[in-house]
Amino acid sequence: MKDNNKKYWKGIEELSNDPEFLKHAHNEFPEFLSVKEKGSNDASDAPDRRDFLKLLGFSVAAVSLAACEAPVKKVIPYVNKPDDVDPGIANWYASTYQEGGEYCSILVKTREGRPIKIEGNKLSPITMGGTSARVQASVLSLYDTERLEFFVEEGKAVKVKSVAEYASLDKKIIDKLTAAQASGKSIRIVSQSILSPTTKKAIEEFKAKYPATEHVVYDVLSADGILKANELSFGQRVIPSYNFSAADVIVSFGADFLGTWISPIEYAKQYSKTRKLSANKKTMSKHYQIESNLSLTGCNADTRLPIKPSEEGLYVAALYNALFGGLNVKTPSHEVIKKAATDLSQAKGKSLVVSGSNDPYVQLLVNKINSELGNYGKTIDLSTPSYQKQGSDEAILKFINEAKSGQVGAVIFYGANPVYDHPKGTELKDALKKISLKISFSDRMDETSSEVDYVCPDLHFLESWNDAEPKKGFFSLTQPTITPIFKGNRAAQESLLIWSGNNTDYYTYLVNNWKARLTGGNFQELWDKTLHGGVFQTQSSDAGESGSVANINLSEVEENISRNYKSTSGIELSLYYKVGLGSGSLSAGNNPWLHELPDPVSKATWDNYLAIPKKMANEMDISQGDVVALTVDGKNTGIEVPVLIQPGQANNTASLALGYGRTKAGKCGNEVGKNAYPLIKVKGNRLDLNAGVVTFAKTGEENKIAQTQTHHTVMARPIIQDASLAEYQKDAGAGRYKPMIHTNLYGEKKPTEVTVWYEHEKPNHLWGMSIDLNSCIGCGACVVACQSENNVPVVGKKEVLNRREMHWIRIDRYYSSDAETDITGEYFESESGVKDLEIAAENPTVTFQPMLCQQCNHAPCESVCPVAATTHSSEGLNQMTYNRCIGTRYCANNCPYKVRRFNWFKYFENEEFDKNVSMNNFLGRMVLNPDVTVRSRGVMEKCSFCVQRIQEGKLKAKMEKRRPVDGEIVTACASACPTDAIIFGDRNDTDSRLHKDNAVENAERSYAVLEELNVQPNILYLTKIRNS
Amino acid sequence: MQVTSPVRPPLVTGGKTVSDVTQDISRHVENKPTKLWIIAFTLSLITLAYGSYCLWTTWYEGIGMWGLNKTIGWAWDITNFVWWVGIGHAGTLISAILLLFRQKWRTSINRAAEAMTIFAVICAASFIVAHMGRPWLAYWALPLPNAFGSLWVNFNSPLVWDVFAISTYFTVSLVFWYIGLVPDFATIRERATGVRRVVYGALSLGWDGSAKAWQRYEAVSLVLAGCSTPLVLSVHTIVSMDFATSVIPGWHATIFPPYFVAGAIFSGFAMVLTLMLITRVVFRLEDYITVEHIESMNKVIVLTGSIVGIAYLSEFFIAWYSHVPYESYTFINRAFGDDYWWAYWSMMTCNVISPQLFWFRTVRRSIAWTFLLSIVVNIGMWFERFVIIATSLSRDFLPSSWAYFSPTLYDIGDYLFTFGLFFTLFLLFAKFFPVVNMAEVKAIIKSSSAKKNTK
Repeated sequence: MKDNNKKYWKGIEELSNDPEFLKHAHNEFPEFLSVKEKGSNDASDAPDRRDFLKLLGFSVAAVSLAACEAPVKKVIPYVNKPDDVDPGIANWYASTYQEGGEYCSILVKTREGRPIKIEGNKLSPITMGGTSARVQASVLSLYDTERLEFFVEEGKAVKVKSVAEYASLDKKIIDKLTAAQASGKSIRIVSQSILSPTTKKAIEEFKAKYPATEHVVYDVLSADGILKANELSFGQRVIPSYNFSAADVIVSFGADFLGTWISPIEYAKQYSKTRKLSANKKTMSKHYQIESNLSLTGCNADTRLPIKPSEEGLYVAALYNALFGGLNVKTPSHEVIKKAATDLSQAKGKSLVVSGSNDPYVQLLVNKINSELGNYGKTIDLSTPSYQKQGSDEAILKFINEAKSGQVGAVIFYGANPVYDHPKGTELKDALKKISLKISFSDRMDETSSEVDYVCPDLHFLESWNDAEPKKGFFSLTQPTITPIFKGNRAAQESLLIWSGNNTDYYTYLVNNWKARLTGGNFQELWDKTLHGGVFQTQSSDAGESGSVANINLSEVEENISRNYKSTSGIELSLYYKVGLGSGSLSAGNNPWLHELPDPVSKATWDNYLAIPKKMANEMDISQGDVVALTVDGKNTGIEVPVLIQPGQANNTASLALGYGRTKAGKCGNEVGKNAYPLIKVKGNRLDLNAGVVTFAKTGEENKIAQTQTHHTVMARPIIQDASLAEYQKDAGAGRYKPMIHTNLYGEKKPTEVTVWYEHEKPNHLWGMSIDLNSCIGCGACVVACQSENNVPVVGKKEVLNRREMHWIRIDRYYSSDAETDITGEYFESESGVKDLEIAAENPTVTFQPMLCQQCNHAPCESVCPVAATTHSSEGLNQMTYNRCIGTRYCANNCPYKVRRFNWFKYFENEEFDKNVSMNNFLGRMVLNPDVTVRSRGVMEKCSFCVQRIQEGKLKAKMEKRRPVDGEIVTACASACPTDAIIFGDRNDTDSRLHKDNAVENAERSYAVLEELNVQPNILYLTKIRNS
Repeated sequence: MQVTSPVRPPLVTGGKTVSDVTQDISRHVENKPTKLWIIAFTLSLITLAYGSYCLWTTWYEGIGMWGLNKTIGWAWDITNFVWWVGIGHAGTLISAILLLFRQKWRTSINRAAEAMTIFAVICAASFIVAHMGRPWLAYWALPLPNAFGSLWVNFNSPLVWDVFAISTYFTVSLVFWYIGLVPDFATIRERATGVRRVVYGALSLGWDGSAKAWQRYEAVSLVLAGCSTPLVLSVHTIVSMDFATSVIPGWHATIFPPYFVAGAIFSGFAMVLTLMLITRVVFRLEDYITVEHIESMNKVIVLTGSIVGIAYLSEFFIAWYSHVPYESYTFINRAFGDDYWWAYWSMMTCNVISPQLFWFRTVRRSIAWTFLLSIVVNIGMWFERFVIIATSLSRDFLPSSWAYFSPTLYDIGDYLFTFGLFFTLFLLFAKFFPVVNMAEVKAIIKSSSAKKNTK
């Protein structure tokens, strides 16, 4: 520095030592810098008023500008952009959902490498593009913060940078397995039904390495009775393929085949085909449902007979006797059974009798009936068995006994949580202490995995490679749509292979396994093709067998049914599964979308409850929400649940849902409801959901049930327009309500002819929807699909109780009322009084009506918004501009359909709403659809007809210089629907399915809800036709 | 100067002279606050503080703090809004329409009634802002030039009409009230010293009491009265259109404008009575606000109460006569449904039945009865708005969405906020402003010669 002679100066004045400069140089703010009034050269002038104001003004402006600066968020660009990932453009991958034996072929939408939405794969011959609520919600489980990041050894996480570092842990496990093998004790792998042939092969490899191993397969939603019956009747322990679409008459004894029984997505699709009507098809199936609690399937039945669970076998026998006679069982006689028998006998080979019973003797009788009716080979296909249920009640019970007696040396739980979901779970929990090596592949510390030594978390199915064979000869592939989120997770199959001494990674193993299957060409090409389509078939869909004849010893059936089915005088408890939650025992148990999905029948969320009929509630002086303590077969269960009054529940029965009361599912699932699994009755070698005789007494507490609908009847209003099939066949417009408006000058006019508004121009598209009330089964897949597509928040039980759920689409469920007459709203003329209309019938007919924004062309919401935040588009959409909304809620008040949803609170980044995981934690937020705004508090929102999809479709068509093709643009609800009840399309396009449906094939059935208001909805409903 | 028939009973009793008037009215402004005033003011401030806390929480957390739901988007908020706006109407009616009709008895009460109008409109306006989901954007409801592109308000929306109606109403009322205060401020200025003289001097806008000033004062009063008169009818008409132009059964009714205006005057007079009966006792103004005043106002109440009653019955008749199912149901449910029958019958009892007692002269002239019934009427009118707004929404078209509204502590707290605000403002007004229009009252005092003539 000392050599530095350089001179620095701040201004020319300093350089020239200007006297003017020197005079002020020592001041902090040299005078010459100040702003002075023009023309004043007097240096001695103090800063004057104007200067002061200028500086003041500047400072204020500068300070406020500085305060306005937005926080800097850094975006890290790709160093090398992957070829197939374009920001803003979604990639779709075919894959397979499989959990606990459930199967769905899916397409996964990924954005910037994140899976955000699941759609059905239309190429699948099994699910045919349908989905269920659980499938739709499974994408949220991928981003569940409860998932384990690393392997856990003795309760401690083994933190690693990659799975390769687990080598020493693997060695420890292998040593212990070898020791267990050497000890002479048995090794058990406990899982639910596994659909993947390659996984089974890996298990076989494990078994080969450790010959003491046995694979214990059980199903939480057990179909053991059917498997056993088929073993006895046909020598095959399989579930046949049912084909409801070929059945003209369907009789179901408690099988909830549209909701929870074996393969509901598949059956719903088939069933809906028999329920759809049009000008070309004026017939539909006749569906009888005989059951004790009102199931989703029962809601859809044409005729429903409520019975006690203890009478189930007797009613099946009654049907047998009514059809063929000769069974020496004292059977009840009922008109419905007689009618069912008549209909069945007229539909031989075109009918289907199913039962949800887990009693093999009941199933044997069902087999006999189907066999006698010639349904095998027609509606039942034994040659293409379904592998969705392979479990054995006996096997798991045997395993628990072995564990208790200390015979088991090692156990591996794979996709199973029996400590929670088995009635002997507590016994198993204690018995596990006697097993020296316990391993679980669970993705979280659940009830079972928290009792084991090693938890080796499996990958989520959206992160993994796998295959599935849900039916013999029908394959599909699972491919990863994201790299494993947690670097410490490893595919369960890979773990099994490593422990078997095979160090191939599972992908290679899978491909190698498929090399044998994909023959007749270049493997890579075939593989790519299969992976692209997602499905592969070696057996043709209609490879039906010629017709098996059930070989059944009727006297044994007679004896067992007579012995086991005796109507009791007490109240019988039947256990059932929820359509949304299913078994609730795996990751779905912690899925807030499923907990908040209203039960299709009761419309209850976030709880399980004891459903009892109104008659019993009146007699026992119990009202809804009263907490009761349950005593089953004289034993106090310790279960205290609220009561829900359920129309359609058979008298002297009560029902309680399984899958609740988790203690270690995670934040969303813990302590929701009560665990009813211990109530499942173990009858010898099988489990029985008919839990026995229950007594219950009020505890004096109240636990309000959060229902999204609290008025259950349609109040004789023409909102639901329905007719019987016979009426429909005579007049396609049967049941339609056609209001006319009286005008003084012009006489009777149609509502559309009386208006003060100008029509909106729709020169290009006019988006609309047709909803077939006949095919909607009310399952709720659309509700979750919409939630997933449109970033709809979860609000939690308290807010649902406050009637503030945010779902953009809901399914209104109406029970019929005995008081209902033909008054059609002439309430002053009603003799019974309007209050009787509110009381649902004891065994009501049920109608589902999906209700979403009707996109009215004369929208009452649009005219009342003070700030024009909701406006009409030139394509018939009622648009909501969140940014403009000031939240007066006038639009919601003025909406006749009450489909607008208000953001009462800030639902994102708010600890109060921690169950809204998709907006409140870093991982959950990855599921958000980047094309849809997360709404701020204080604004109104509602169904947009998935405007982001419309826009995407239009842009794509524009890029390709064409018009959008019909069916190319589909809303989330329409695409999720397993029964194709929702058709979305362009009314201006006369070739569209929508136009054909509403204007041609089902023109007479199409109606606008509340047509008399002349709000001109773009959604039309098709009348509900009942085959009764 | 108007000539009053000598046979008319004096409007101001007690043989007050012009000087007495100045004394009696200015006394409260000039003296230290009374103990009663301090207690009342403290209570008001406590209410205001609690209410402010509730309001702040509502603003901070969101409208979810209230008991509203997906079906019932308005309940206490808009009920309170309409209630307060309605209350305000009496002030304008008294000061404007009665001025035009030369009803001299109004002079003793118009000042307080107008003050009540202004404070009531402020309270009402607070609900306009508070009921918004994003109240910080309330100014978007104004047709302001903006940088958001060509964004403009929706002139089809009755809420925009409301914004115009209320803001016009507030402005005109405020100006009218203030102009009336100017001569009285000058009177006080003349009697005051020190800071108070400066303050009241400023407030009196240089009033010099000249003939020219009085002439202008009279002219402006008349012009403003002319401006206010249509407002008495238009404001509540427009408020009623929030409901009348909607499609909701129970809201969609052409009878609403006259029915709402009558109801507004009804409740406004009741509120004026409540306040005046207290003020006249507390400030010993019995000679200025006489039983004659009270009786005149009670006559208006029985008239408007009956109009309102006929409106209720007409609605019911139309519901039956129209054969519109949804409307029929709304009215049957309103009166006989399990959820809200109590609200309906509270409304009927308070608004239709109890005011009929005023047909009896003794009741009409009884301070105690008047006070009781004035409060009953205001309870009834609150229920009227609640019945219209909440019960209609709770069961509209689709039974699947029917819901029940129960208020939370914040609904109550935010209502209390307006009470706190109203009474704080009113008490400040009563302490620092002349509660009776001295200048106008002096004009109606019979001169000593006139007094002699009547004897």
